Amino acid sequence: MIGSVIGVLFDGLAYGSLLFIIAVGLSVTLGLMNFVNLAHGALAMVGGYVGVVAMTHFGVPFLATLPIAFVASALVGIVLERTLYQRLYRSSPLDQVLFSIGLVFISIAVATWIFGSSQQPVNLPPYLQGQVHILIHDFGVYRIFLIAVVALVTLGLHYILEHTRFGSRVRASVDNPVAAAGLGINVNRVFALTFALGSGLAGLGGALGIEVLGLDPNFPLKYMVYFLLVVSVGGTGTIKGPLVAALILGVFDVAGKYYVPEVGGFVIYALMVVLLILFPAGLYGRRT
Amino acid sequence: MSDAAAPGIARAAVAGDARLPDGRWRPLEAAFWLLPVIGYFAFPDYRVLGSQILITGLFAVSLDLILGYAGIVSLGHAAFYGIGAYTAGLLAVHGWHEPISGLAAAAAVAAVAGYLVSFLVVRGSDLTRLMVTLGIGLMLFEAANKASSITGGVDGLSGVTISRILGVWDFDLGGRTAFVYALVVVFLVFLLVRRLVASPLGLSLRGIREGGKRMPAIGAPVAKRLRTIFTIAAALAGVAGGLIAQTTQFVGIDGLSFQRSAELLIMLVLGGAGRLYGGLVGAAVFMVAQDYLSGINPVYWQFWLGFFLVLVVLFARGGILGGLDTLRARLRGAKR
Repeated sequence: MIGSVIGVLFDGLAYGSLLFIIAVGLSVTLGLMNFVNLAHGALAMVGGYVGVVAMTHFGVPFLATLPIAFVASALVGIVLERTLYQRLYRSSPLDQVLFSIGLVFISIAVATWIFGSSQQPVNLPPYLQGQVHILIHDFGVYRIFLIAVVALVTLGLHYILEHTRFGSRVRASVDNPVAAAGLGINVNRVFALTFALGSGLAGLGGALGIEVLGLDPNFPLKYMVYFLLVVSVGGTGTIKGPLVAALILGVFDVAGKYYVPEVGGFVIYALMVVLLILFPAGLYGRRT
Repeated sequence: MSDAAAPGIARAAVAGDARLPDGRWRPLEAAFWLLPVIGYFAFPDYRVLGSQILITGLFAVSLDLILGYAGIVSLGHAAFYGIGAYTAGLLAVHGWHEPISGLAAAAAVAAVAGYLVSFLVVRGSDLTRLMVTLGIGLMLFEAANKASSITGGVDGLSGVTISRILGVWDFDLGGRTAFVYALVVVFLVFLLVRRLVASPLGLSLRGIREGGKRMPAIGAPVAKRLRTIFTIAAALAGVAGGLIAQTTQFVGIDGLSFQRSAELLIMLVLGGAGRLYGGLVGAAVFMVAQDYLSGINPVYWQFWLGFFLVLVVLFARGGILGGLDTLRARLRGAKR
């Protein structure tokens, strides 16, 4: 019993940290720039496929595929932002929803066309496979690796946002774009770079997550709700909000599927509606 | 949204029409409703598709009430369609074969569900609304999926047998009865909607859409109005769902899916949101295109669907009807 609780908690944390790293970019576009981007999962999918192709076709070792996935997704993100997204920053949420659903459908069709509709395999290097026994429970090595990577990335992100010039520009642009522009900050460029960073992190998450989340053309649609959930439950303006939300969701989702498989995904959706009603501005939302 | 803002005003200005909006039928409207009648005789092989277009059109009109008129973006409207479909389907499977009362039951159950959900939807910002409707839609999908002993799960609910309409007309394989039945029901409901949007309720909804913060100042109970229209829209979606269950004699779980809600939004925007005929036109164009393109290759269809969606948002706000209005305005401008 204790063992299964620890196992579920641990798997939930690993799953939640994946959700966090993918969704943290969305928390900027959706939460701070108020852009309802349902296509964020497509950027994670790009990272996933780039990772798989690099590994299987070019023989790149697994660890090296991660930065490649990051860069590829960031590039795709910046191109999309410059050509399409920026036209819609001031549009109504409906337009943004429709536009990004359109992108999701396109990405699904393109991925099906190139890679087929089957799940992509991932070959983890031997040192990331198997289990280690710590005290009373066997922990999956890959999941420990996942949590460690995400922890590192989160610390890095925190450092960038709180302690660098770029971070203060981001915070300024988000708080008040007009005043920030008046102070000589190139708000458009800051937004584009932020978007690229978020996309890159999504791509990194997509490549990291193949083992846990799977990878097939329906990925953007399948996990769309989870990413949106992390942001809307977590609230905006901090890294902490989405992180806590992602971990809660991860644990609840894994626990729901483990203990009450007969209701399955119901747990997570019910949790979402309840949380949204109790905390309309998110767990750590800024009152506006 | 802003383009579709005040279609009535824009149109009156375009047409140089000094008349106040009244309930009179325009010749174009009459011509529009002649189309399905002509279609019935001209394309007997496409009656099944035709009845589905009509029903989907009704479904799109129901979304238009909350999206186009009241300005609530819902990503879970399929929930009420699905509820209506399962209500009508389950009644028929368990021995209640009479179609019209089955339809009324579908509307009633969907209305109750809509009323309950409306309390959650009225609170919160656009994003919260979006998420809550999405969440409720997904919850219902999961519920129907897991309760496969009642709903048939992913296999769908089959064995829906419907008795003769009014004891006279039997449902036939060629879809003749189904088409006429769908057309009559859709037309009657449309009359109701047409009256509704011209009523004080409809006008105050437009006011809420244009300036939700100012409406309380003139004494309009915003939340109550929104709840009312949400409930009505849910009931109409339930009618559409009930119709599809009765005419196809099958209830598929995809009626509750996110894909369904998303496609519906697309149809409405394609046709033109906030316009009475937008949903009907959009559904017709969408479903004919779908029938044709997905016949070639389903993957292509999804690609083109996404592609056109992006184009509509970037370049063609107001959809087909909005585009036609602009065109008409240009032509008139050229004549002068």
